[in-house]
Amino acid sequence: MDATVSTGTEDSVWGGGNKPLGASYGKMMMWFFIMSDALTFSGFLVAYGFSRFKFIELWPIADEVFTHVPFFHGNYPMYYVAFMTFILIMSSVTMVLAVDAGHKMKQKSVILYMFLTIIGGAIFVGSQAWEWATFIKGDYGAVETNSGRILQFVDAETGERAALADFAKTLPEEREKHVASKGIWFQGEGYQTSYSLNEVVEGFKATPNILIRTEQLNEEGEKTLLDRKESLSKILEANQVVEGANLVHNEYGHRLFADFFFFITGFHGFHVFSGVVINIIIFFNVILGTYQRRGHYEMVEKVGLYWHFVDLVWVFVFTFFYLV
Amino acid sequence: MAHDHKLEIFRGLLKFKSNTQKIWGVLIFLSIVTTVEVALGIIKPRFLTHSYFLGMKLLNWIFIILTLVKAYYIAWDFMHLRDEKTPLRRVIVWTPIFLVCYLIFILLFEADYIYNVYSDGFITWNF
Repeated sequence: MDATVSTGTEDSVWGGGNKPLGASYGKMMMWFFIMSDALTFSGFLVAYGFSRFKFIELWPIADEVFTHVPFFHGNYPMYYVAFMTFILIMSSVTMVLAVDAGHKMKQKSVILYMFLTIIGGAIFVGSQAWEWATFIKGDYGAVETNSGRILQFVDAETGERAALADFAKTLPEEREKHVASKGIWFQGEGYQTSYSLNEVVEGFKATPNILIRTEQLNEEGEKTLLDRKESLSKILEANQVVEGANLVHNEYGHRLFADFFFFITGFHGFHVFSGVVINIIIFFNVILGTYQRRGHYEMVEKVGLYWHFVDLVWVFVFTFFYLV
Repeated sequence: MAHDHKLEIFRGLLKFKSNTQKIWGVLIFLSIVTTVEVALGIIKPRFLTHSYFLGMKLLNWIFIILTLVKAYYIAWDFMHLRDEKTPLRRVIVWTPIFLVCYLIFILLFEADYIYNVYSDGFITWNF
C-alpha cells in the first residue's frame, strides 16, 4: 500500500486511496496469486488422481511406503507425516499471532512470533528432506519384470516383508566396470544395486520360505501374495533389481507414484522454502522497525496469507498422498 | 489496521473473548481433526473400508470431508476470510471451487475409461 515514493495523492480515489471490497492493493494481489497457485496445485493433485484411477488396482499403499520415523527402528506408518502436519499447523498459528500482534502495534511480540514461524518452517523443510532421502534410499528392495511391474518379497512364516539381503546369494560374479577409456566416454558407471539379478533369483530359488507379492490389489485392498509354485514361475519374468525409488524405477510399486511424490511434495517443499525466505526478510524488517515507522504491519499480514496458503496446500497433499 | 474480528466459530456455538483466544481454539480443533484422520488411517475400520458410496470407500469420503473442514477453518480464521467483505470472500472461494470441481469430474471420468480399456480391451500391458 505504501510505496517508498510519496506523491501525496494516496488517499484520493484515482491515486490508489480507493479500496475495492475493503482490501488494499497488496492484499488483493496476494489473494489473486494464491488463487492461481491453488489452481496449479489442484492441477497437480487431480493429475495424481487421474493416474491413480487409471491404475486403481495396483497403486501402492501409502501406509506401507512411509513407515519410518527418524531415530526409531520399526514400522510406524503415518506418525512422522502427522508430526509434520502438526508442525506446519503450529507455525501457521504463530503466524496468525504475529499478524494479530501487528494489528496491536506490538513490535516485540511480532518479532517473537515471526521467529517461531520461521523455526517451524525450517523443521518442516528438514523433515521433508529426510522423508525424500528415506524414500530414495529404499527399504526392502524388489525386482522389476519385463513389463515394468514390481515384485516384492514376503517371508512366508512371519508374513513380514523380506529384504533382498535376507535371502540373496552372494555369487562369485565378475562384472566389467564401465570406464571412460573402454565404454561410452560421456556415460558414467551409474548406481549399481547391492545384489545382481542373478544373485536375487538364485537366492530366491534356494530359500523355500520366501514368497512373491505382486502389485495387484485383491478384494481386501491388500497386495496379492502368490504361493511358492506361482512365485517360482513369476520370478522368471524379473529383469532387474530395484532398490529405492527415482523417477524411472520405484521399488514401492508403480513408478508414477514416485514421480508424483517427487513432483508434488517437491513443489510444495519449494513453496515452504520460499515462504521461509520471505518470512526471514519480513522478520528483519520488523526488527529494523520498518513497519513500526510505517504505522501498520500489513506486510506481515500479506506474508501471513502466503504462509497459511502453504499450510492449506499441505492439508490436501497429506490427505491425497498419505491417507486416501 | 485495528479492524474488528468476528469471534464466533461453529455458527456462533463457540464464542471467544479475543482474537488470540479464537486462534488457539481453532488450533485445538484442527489438531483434533488431524488426530482423528491419522487414527482412522492407522486403524482402518473394516466397516468403513468395505462400504462404498459413489464408487469410493466410505473411509476415503471421511478423509476428504475432514480435509475440507480443515481447509475451511484455515481459510476462514487463519487467513481472515471471516473478516473480509462477503463479495471478496465469494470471489476467492467459489471461482477455484468451480474450476477444480470441473477438472476433477472430467479427469477422473477419463481415467476410469482408460482403466476399463486396460482391463477389458485387447491390450496386454502386464506380460
